[in-house]
Amino acid sequence: MKNQQSYYKWRAFKNNLAHILFAVAAWVGVLILLVLLFDLVKRGAQYINLDFFRNFPSRFAAKSGILPAIVGSVWIVLLTAAISIPVSIGAALYLEEYAADNRLTRFIKINISNLAGVPSIVYGIFGLSIFVRTLGFGRSILSGALTMSLLIMPIVIVSAQETLRTIPQALRHGSYALGASKWQTIVRVVIPCAIPGFLTGIILAVSRALGESAPLLLVGAFSYVSNLPQGPMDSFIALPIQIYTWMSKPSAAFKDVTAAAILVLMVLLLVLNAAAIIIRNKFQQTFE
Amino acid sequence: MEKTNHYTRISALMILTALLLTLTILPASAAELSGTIIIDGSSTVFPITEAVAEEFHKVYPGISTPIGVSGTGGGFKKFTIGETDISNASRPIKDSEAEIAKANGIEYVEFAIAYDGLSVMVSMENDFVDSLTVEELKRIWEPESTVKTWKDVRPEWPDETIKLYGPGTDSGTFDYFTEVITGKAGASRTDFTPSEDDNVLVQGIAGDKYSLGYFGYAYYAENMDKLKIVKVDSGSGPVEPTFDTIKDGSYAPLSRPIYMYVSKKALEQEHVKVFVEYFLTEGTALVSEVGYVQLSDAGYEAELAKLK
Repeated sequence: MKNQQSYYKWRAFKNNLAHILFAVAAWVGVLILLVLLFDLVKRGAQYINLDFFRNFPSRFAAKSGILPAIVGSVWIVLLTAAISIPVSIGAALYLEEYAADNRLTRFIKINISNLAGVPSIVYGIFGLSIFVRTLGFGRSILSGALTMSLLIMPIVIVSAQETLRTIPQALRHGSYALGASKWQTIVRVVIPCAIPGFLTGIILAVSRALGESAPLLLVGAFSYVSNLPQGPMDSFIALPIQIYTWMSKPSAAFKDVTAAAILVLMVLLLVLNAAAIIIRNKFQQTFE
Repeated sequence: MEKTNHYTRISALMILTALLLTLTILPASAAELSGTIIIDGSSTVFPITEAVAEEFHKVYPGISTPIGVSGTGGGFKKFTIGETDISNASRPIKDSEAEIAKANGIEYVEFAIAYDGLSVMVSMENDFVDSLTVEELKRIWEPESTVKTWKDVRPEWPDETIKLYGPGTDSGTFDYFTEVITGKAGASRTDFTPSEDDNVLVQGIAGDKYSLGYFGYAYYAENMDKLKIVKVDSGSGPVEPTFDTIKDGSYAPLSRPIYMYVSKKALEQEHVKVFVEYFLTEGTALVSEVGYVQLSDAGYEAELAKLK
């Protein structure tokens, strides 16, 4: 009897222990993020004001701003989205809706998944030799955006494929039964159902493009620009590059300016990720 | 009749004044100059070029001066195939690089823009090292060095392992230090902690009582509270690197000029010429502001003369 009781206690103990361990595991990530944010706010908050967003970088920490970095990042992200979204969604629709399930299709699918795992610096080297040098686009926003497009396309394609697979065949069959063609079915039934899923994947991929620095460094983002870019062929600097440049400055005051710039980048990323989650929750549909 | 004459005279005067005004304004309308000057190269030179570009932009807002940081060697790789107009360098161009430039038809002019003093540093807690001779530095840093502890350098120093820190092997600073200390550019012992980021070196040296390292003076100037500078003795007594000893060359052999290389083709364009001129005149005041040492006035005049 006593034996049995201690056995129960042991089971209860194991149960509690597992509970605590898993809770700790879940909170570690959140805690690290909080500590990081706290440190950044403590160091950088003093520099965040209107001028910080209006000024160019300066040799004086107090006068430094991130205007060219923000403009450069916006150019890169918008152009990347404009290039990669149509191609990625098109590829996903082809692979899921049109392509026959044969060896060639499987080969393409496996390769796209593999591309999603290639380190970003490899895309940078590819971009440097193809876009900057062979095609002669130079160290421009266009070269940067094309390289970033290559980087995020596999991610967008894979997530769009997943989305298309969650749409029940019954919906498509219903459309066919009403006499709709394949094209009509895709445009009027499949895509409207898939848009929230597409958007989630696109936003997450775009936020990756916003935070990446290695490929941009390789295709020739500059560490300082005196003029804002006027078009896609202009030279540029992006937010992560600005952070890197400031961080390697000798003066201690620039460590705090760096913190301010990181804070801006992190808030932008959090906003983008939150937008992805909100869109997913708002439009999530369940198919019976 | 008299009156008409008067009017004619006045209008003539006015035309003359207008002409004179246009003439005086003309140089100012050079502010309307536009164009792009692509600059790349050394991270050591970057703070100077950045400061000059910042001030230059206020006078010539139409001229765009993007500056990249690819390191001295990386910058020359782009410069010698014609991808950049100006290459920043913390050492003179190598023969091998000059050959590539020649093969690609790139002609260039070298301008010395400032001095940097490579500074040898120990931790603030280090209470026994005050100066090192060039010979001792050589014994510490040469390849196959047998120096392991401070005692191996001077018998009266503690029997503690020296932890060595230095710039990465791709940097012009590494090339220069090894050339003047060990006698051959790139020849160095390999069991030291290298970093391309000088701030990492500052942290490493500051945190260890028995450490030793070297990097550019500008980073020491910003971290005087964390690091202790080591005087260097090249035979005529220990000398501490300061603005004065670097400028007059008495901090030898670790004072070095740093450069910008401008392609001749770019220099033919008005906006590039104007930038280089500005750099070597008004720009020189900024050199000391960002922690480097100016050339003498005569030095800058000699550099400026290369433009003619």
